[in-house]
Amino acid sequence: MMNRGLLLLLQILVAVVVLVAWHVASTTTLIGDPKTISFFFAEPLAVGNRIIDWFADGSIWYHLGITLTEAALAFIIGSLGGVIVGFWFARKPLLAAVFDPYVKAANALPRVVLAPIFALWLGLGIWSKVALGVTLVFFIVFFNVYQGVKEVSPAVLSNARMLGMNGRQLLRHVYMPSALSWMFSSLHTSVGFAVVGAVVGEYLGSAAGLGYLIHEAESVFDVTGVFAGMFVLTFFVILVDWLVTLVENRLLVWRPKSAASF
Amino acid sequence: MTVPLSEVGTRADAVELQGITIAFPVAHEKTYEAVGETNLSVRDREFVAIVGPTGCGKSTLLNATAGLLKPARGQIKIFGKTHTGINGHAGYLFQQDSLMPWKTSLDNVAIGLEVAGTPRREALERARTWLGKVGLSAFCDRYPHMLSGGQRKRVGLAQVLIRDPKIILMDEPFGPLDAQTRLIMGDLLLDLWTADRKAVMFVTHDLDEAIGLADRVVIMSAGPSSRIIGDYTIPLTRPRNMADIKSEPQFHEVHREIWNALKEEVLKGYRQAEKA
Repeated sequence: MMNRGLLLLLQILVAVVVLVAWHVASTTTLIGDPKTISFFFAEPLAVGNRIIDWFADGSIWYHLGITLTEAALAFIIGSLGGVIVGFWFARKPLLAAVFDPYVKAANALPRVVLAPIFALWLGLGIWSKVALGVTLVFFIVFFNVYQGVKEVSPAVLSNARMLGMNGRQLLRHVYMPSALSWMFSSLHTSVGFAVVGAVVGEYLGSAAGLGYLIHEAESVFDVTGVFAGMFVLTFFVILVDWLVTLVENRLLVWRPKSAASF
Repeated sequence: MTVPLSEVGTRADAVELQGITIAFPVAHEKTYEAVGETNLSVRDREFVAIVGPTGCGKSTLLNATAGLLKPARGQIKIFGKTHTGINGHAGYLFQQDSLMPWKTSLDNVAIGLEVAGTPRREALERARTWLGKVGLSAFCDRYPHMLSGGQRKRVGLAQVLIRDPKIILMDEPFGPLDAQTRLIMGDLLLDLWTADRKAVMFVTHDLDEAIGLADRVVIMSAGPSSRIIGDYTIPLTRPRNMADIKSEPQFHEVHREIWNALKEEVLKGYRQAEKA
């Protein structure tokens, strides 16, 4: 394994090279007309200034708060629904068999097309975005929990029965931990999709949130605003992802560490 | 379902399999008869090893005794009473890893007591003692994936024995372990069993292991419809040591006698496998 310090240095170097290239291209005549280039790609310093402005006057917190609230609600509702339905289907094979084609059909539908419907039903407030996020999160959690209950090792299950567990105890000590471990292992994906649902929903019609901010900037050709919004969104997602990793490490201590450390 | 031992006649065998036939559905309308018309009895406090060629239905017989499988015909008597459903008198040590990976060693051992209603604090206390008996005092807080294969088997052994079952079923429990670890595990098992004798049904494909451990070795024929074709009392004295016992002349005598009977079945088993 490479030296940690060196690795960090190289990683920072990549960012510096990209930023410098971007800066040079958008402010000098080295590549082409800087006016044209900065119209399409903005200037890194201007983007930086815009982000600083947003945080300085505090206006960004309101939008971040809205997006975070929507994503969190979508995640909680979608996960709860996924766990309950996943468990229910896994324990009732007939039910699962009957609903199988419908579940597949619903999951095959690109969820973005539902955004206008949700806006119509639930208005332009946060709930239409939450609903969009729920449709994304639900299926990920549902499939994982279903799989987790179905794929309990037969040896572990037989052993648990021989140790004297009744149905309720099997649920608590065997099925539940197995299903939840599958759910937690998809935590990154489902949290990511909760954010996607919120931002896409905002983008398609809202009055607040990061998606709204980006959409507003785009509609007046404010490319600097679009880029600033994208960077804030990226940092926000990285932060959320890092928190998820912390939670995951806490909840899945019993899991062998995988070789890849992404 | 569970009969108090005081009510159980001392003369009743711990396990009595009478005319057991076990069949599995394979293709539609067809079944594969794994075990046919088998009779076997195991006395209380007796250690019986079951040896036979691969795929002869040894594990199937254990699963039926455990109540995990329902025989197509025949009956199973546990301490003289006809039995159906999960056998509450039996503890089962499986061949595969069967510890709950999300519980620590301590919790894995304690769980059998906890689900039976023992207060958690007391269950953990006794689990700690049992982990000490299998030599894992220092590994209470480890999760199964942090243990070696042999250590996981030790936890499994403690998990089964803490419930004080009257019958212990073991399905090639040391099969996945290396040769040295198997010897050590064999000695550990003998120590624990000698201290508190139970009826044991021990399935293995390793004849040395069977003779070293057991009071009686029974041989099963190659499948399908395998049955018991040989029943040998092992005259070796106890206490035994798994490594030393192999150098005793009596061991070789018994070994030769059983192997002669077993060899034919093993070859038959290979021919069956080739045909399939």
